[in-house]
Amino acid sequence: MLRVENAAVRFGGVQAVNDMSLECPPGRVTGLIGPNGAGKTTLFNIITGLQRPDSGRVLLGDRDLTRLPAQRRARAGLARTFQRLEVFGSLTVRENVLLAAELKRGLSRKGEAATEIADRLLARVGLTALADSQAGALPTGSARLLELARALATDPSALLLDEPGSGLSENESAALGDLLLSLAAEGMSVLLVEHDVELVMRVCQHVYVLDFGELLCEGPPAYVQSDARVQAAYLGAELATA
Amino acid sequence: MSTLLALTVAGLVTGCIYALTASGLVLTYTTSGIFNFAHGAIGMIAAFFYWQLIEWGVPTLPAFLLAVLVLSPLMGVVVERIMIRRLGNASLEVTLTVTVGLLLLLIAIANTVWDPLTARRVQPFFGSHQVTVGGVILSYHQLVVIAAAVVVPLALWAFLRQARTGVALRAVVDDRELAALTGASPSTVGMIGWAMGAALAGLAGVLLVSQVELNAITLTLLVINGYAAAVMGRLSNLPLTIAGGLLLGVLQSLAIGYVTISWLNQVQTSIPMVFLFVALLIAPPTRLRVGQLAPLLAPRVPSARRSLQSALVFLAIAALVTAILPAGQVASVTHGVAIAIILLSLVPMVGYGSMVSLCQLTFAGIGCVAMAKTGGSVLGLVVAVLAPAAVGLLIALPTMRLRGLYLSLATLAFGYAMDDNFFSNSSVMTQTLGLPVPRPLGIDGPRPYLLFVTAAFTVCALGVLALRRSTFGRRLVALGDSPAGCATIGMGIRSTKLGIFALSAGLAGLGGALMGGQEGVVGYTDFPLLLSLTLLLMAVVWGVRTISGVLLAALFFELIPHLNGQLGPVGNSVLSLLVGLGAVGLGKNQNGIVGTLLQKTSGLTKLPSLPHPRRAADQGDQPVREEVLTGAQS
Repeated sequence: MLRVENAAVRFGGVQAVNDMSLECPPGRVTGLIGPNGAGKTTLFNIITGLQRPDSGRVLLGDRDLTRLPAQRRARAGLARTFQRLEVFGSLTVRENVLLAAELKRGLSRKGEAATEIADRLLARVGLTALADSQAGALPTGSARLLELARALATDPSALLLDEPGSGLSENESAALGDLLLSLAAEGMSVLLVEHDVELVMRVCQHVYVLDFGELLCEGPPAYVQSDARVQAAYLGAELATA
Repeated sequence: MSTLLALTVAGLVTGCIYALTASGLVLTYTTSGIFNFAHGAIGMIAAFFYWQLIEWGVPTLPAFLLAVLVLSPLMGVVVERIMIRRLGNASLEVTLTVTVGLLLLLIAIANTVWDPLTARRVQPFFGSHQVTVGGVILSYHQLVVIAAAVVVPLALWAFLRQARTGVALRAVVDDRELAALTGASPSTVGMIGWAMGAALAGLAGVLLVSQVELNAITLTLLVINGYAAAVMGRLSNLPLTIAGGLLLGVLQSLAIGYVTISWLNQVQTSIPMVFLFVALLIAPPTRLRVGQLAPLLAPRVPSARRSLQSALVFLAIAALVTAILPAGQVASVTHGVAIAIILLSLVPMVGYGSMVSLCQLTFAGIGCVAMAKTGGSVLGLVVAVLAPAAVGLLIALPTMRLRGLYLSLATLAFGYAMDDNFFSNSSVMTQTLGLPVPRPLGIDGPRPYLLFVTAAFTVCALGVLALRRSTFGRRLVALGDSPAGCATIGMGIRSTKLGIFALSAGLAGLGGALMGGQEGVVGYTDFPLLLSLTLLLMAVVWGVRTISGVLLAALFFELIPHLNGQLGPVGNSVLSLLVGLGAVGLGKNQNGIVGTLLQKTSGLTKLPSLPHPRRAADQGDQPVREEVLTGAQS
């Protein structure tokens, strides 16, 4: 179980995340939505250790991760993808995943070899055909799938996905939904930030809505969607950016 | 008047000049994102130009204004337009090599226009007029320096706070993309930043030139004192930077005043380095950055089988060439192949890992000295590798918590200090006789030795390629591409960085030892810092990601003296032109010559002409407010 307790961070005059708590139990896809700038990515950065919060805690199981640097959190079982891609562009697609698998396996020779893990995961996200291409040359959608495969190669207990569906076609998006559901069914905690409402409604069992860094409401997708405050926040944001 | 007080005041005056040049450095770096290693060189050109105007009979004030307020900003603008603007979010090795190329180009221009063998002196402003203030004698010139150091930062402060352009400047420093959205043009701001930075460099150059000799290299390497001060301000904070400059000036002055004459030179050049390392140690750690670089298309890595085949073919050709080579050419080719080993050491570090050392020849020199002192046995070769590797570790350690640029800053300062304190130290080698270096393993005769060095190069190249195919190689490339990505897959980056820096220094040491074996005797000018920079530029221009790239770079480098000899007096200008073209071309095509050729012939990627994912993302669904948040944290 991944838990965030009362996380808060301020950037200059902006309270980016304010007293935010959430729970992301294993076996379920938890949604995290909100208009642009609501603080979703910042919350991801807090959870994964790329942003130090002013206050609050991050827990994975019984373990308090709040003081750990990013790479130790990853070793503790947290994996993520990025909204602004962070693939290793000069490596091939296979090498990207292989490196993550090698780091996870360390020097042990037992079980599946790192190369096998890499090929299996590339097949799982549907990138086998591109395995020998340079990752920096991938189109956005495929690069997002590559980040997903790389994250899975660390064998995480909690997986944080930052807009994995953007840049994907309708078919690819549906396949991604199936994949997320099957990952949850295997016992993983999945936390999903996504603008594609259809995808969120389909795969999430529980949704948190953020606005201006604060929790606006939470609940099952259908409940959240009908909430007047949520509609106002999204409508307001649309008008503001129009 | 007490000595302490006098030294402190003299130090403060010099410190004012450091503070001015350091402020200019910070200004260009923050507004354009490119660290300008040629900052001191711009000041150097301004100083020469000022001297020339005075020489032509132009009165002091117009000459000063022309050098500082016309020529210097003009240089800044031209450089920004031609070289810098295109760099965008290029990787460190490219941005750094471009300004290093500019540095070399400016030195070459100065040496072409103003014969370096002629001694030139510049009188201080107002000649020898002086006043006594509170028991301290101050020359009018020193008063001008102090006035400049008070007025310029205040004017800068007012400009950045009040003027519309100044506000745009600060906006771009905070967040380029967001500033662009609100109507400030980052490219215009970059140009203004470079113009102002260059003017400050010019001001510092002209103020300093009457205090030191008018020497292209001394004035150019003033950049080291400048950035040592700027690191105190973490390359972004102007008040701290100015404080750093003053402190450095005072420390240097006190050290010079209180040490014995025989140590004078040593102290003068080591203080900036020691100062820099202390500043690095106390600097707060850099946060991992998210979303920065656009990776280049990397050449495909050959398989073990393929590289072995190429190696055998290469050795066969080399054996043939060795046999038929005219006797007069053997030494020069051997030297070239030894240089190729030194350049090979850049491939894993610069080419794969995007970490840049600016003193690779210094490591080569350490390796050479180490072998000379232990003898040419197997043990000697081992020491030639281990000694520079250990030194490399020590230099890299304080910078591990910081961005890659800081490592490069540390290496330049280290190389500079080593030039004056190690290689010219009489316990290392005597200045008149040099240091005899044995040929390793007792290999005798020029042709066998050429074969031996070539075989060593081949084995090392195979090793570098094998390294690239290993987990460590993948770590290395990943580190260069995305430190944030590395952290989120659980990879600790320090051990990888330290490991590769030490390895690369060791390999350079081996190259240096073999080069020394070829020369027989090395002198204290055989491993100069500026040559490290030339070699780096060559390697990056030819393609630092491939073995063939660095081999061609080394052979081309070896050809230069011959070309120079053939071309006669115009040789120097042709060379500076080549260096300049290389640096400019690099901004345009960042893969280097070999990389570009490979790309054209073999189709490096199966997905041609697709936009880079990060660029594509930028054009698409980029949320606006989130930018504010993520921008503010970096």
